[in-house]
Amino acid sequence: MSEDLLAVAAGWRAQGERVAIATVVETWGSSPRPAGSRFIVSDAGHMAGSVSGGCIEGAVAEAAAATMQSGQPQLLDFGISDEAAWEVGLACGGKLKVFLEKLG
Amino acid sequence: MTPEFLARLQAAQAAKRPVALCTQLPGGAQLLAPDDAMPEGLAQAAAAAIEADKTALFEDWFIHPHNPPLRLLIVGAVHAAQAMLPMAAGLGFAITVIDPRRAFATAERLPGVDINHEWPDDAMAELAPDTRTAIVTLTHDPKIDDPALDAALRSPAFYIGALGSRRTHAKRLERLAELGHSAEAMARIRAPIGLDIKAVTAAEIGLSIIAEIVATRRGAALASRG
Repeated sequence: MSEDLLAVAAGWRAQGERVAIATVVETWGSSPRPAGSRFIVSDAGHMAGSVSGGCIEGAVAEAAAATMQSGQPQLLDFGISDEAAWEVGLACGGKLKVFLEKLG
Repeated sequence: MTPEFLARLQAAQAAKRPVALCTQLPGGAQLLAPDDAMPEGLAQAAAAAIEADKTALFEDWFIHPHNPPLRLLIVGAVHAAQAMLPMAAGLGFAITVIDPRRAFATAERLPGVDINHEWPDDAMAELAPDTRTAIVTLTHDPKIDDPALDAALRSPAFYIGALGSRRTHAKRLERLAELGHSAEAMARIRAPIGLDIKAVTAAEIGLSIIAEIVATRRGAALASRG
């Protein structure tokens, strides 16, 4: 029952959904999830995994729409120096980089 | 990530082969180490990341190791073993229960795990515990636990724990010493097993053992049990 997010992502894609994979690639300070943590999202609204303690998944899912549409990967920065990040609630004082790619 | 690349990664995982997913940032080009041709520096960094089981950055590459799951070998298909299964599975362990007593070690009692009915010395030789293996003995029966602990002490397993009271364990250490194990080597055995959470039920004992395995794996300071 340990979750294999890549297998879940492959399953969504097999159902005809567009899928994006977000991976934490670098962290600073007190980021709650280490590098390598994954969050996956589909255009049918499926979501699984995490790249933070639930603070930025909404923003990542929003950014994923463009990647699922265009196939273009994105490297996203979240951190306390970024006012937008405060808005999405990364209040832990951490900073992180998230790589977002389409499965397809 | 292309579906073809994902299939290659999943095939390596299914074959329990350690590999590393190398992604170039921000463009997203991907290589699989050690299978794909890549610059020497990247190949070395990927090998180091797999060995350390930690992600790494090398130049503009993100290296993401995908190692086979940690293994948990449980000797004794007892109630506490049953209680450990869902917790250990949720933590991602590949679980094998070893017990030559076929009446206990049944698929009905131990759903979804590998069951080995060999005597522990044969089972251990076959399963070859490595640095990513945890071993727990739960039977209280020296005929079964002792050969398992003997083999465990000769392996590089990252965790060895044995159920039993202090008195039981003292006698056990005398028997293992006769097999040639030094006091220093035997200090690897966590006994009484499990973090001291005053566990009473089988599920609580299972939780205390699993927590101790995680703490050992992560290098946490463990309370000594005086």
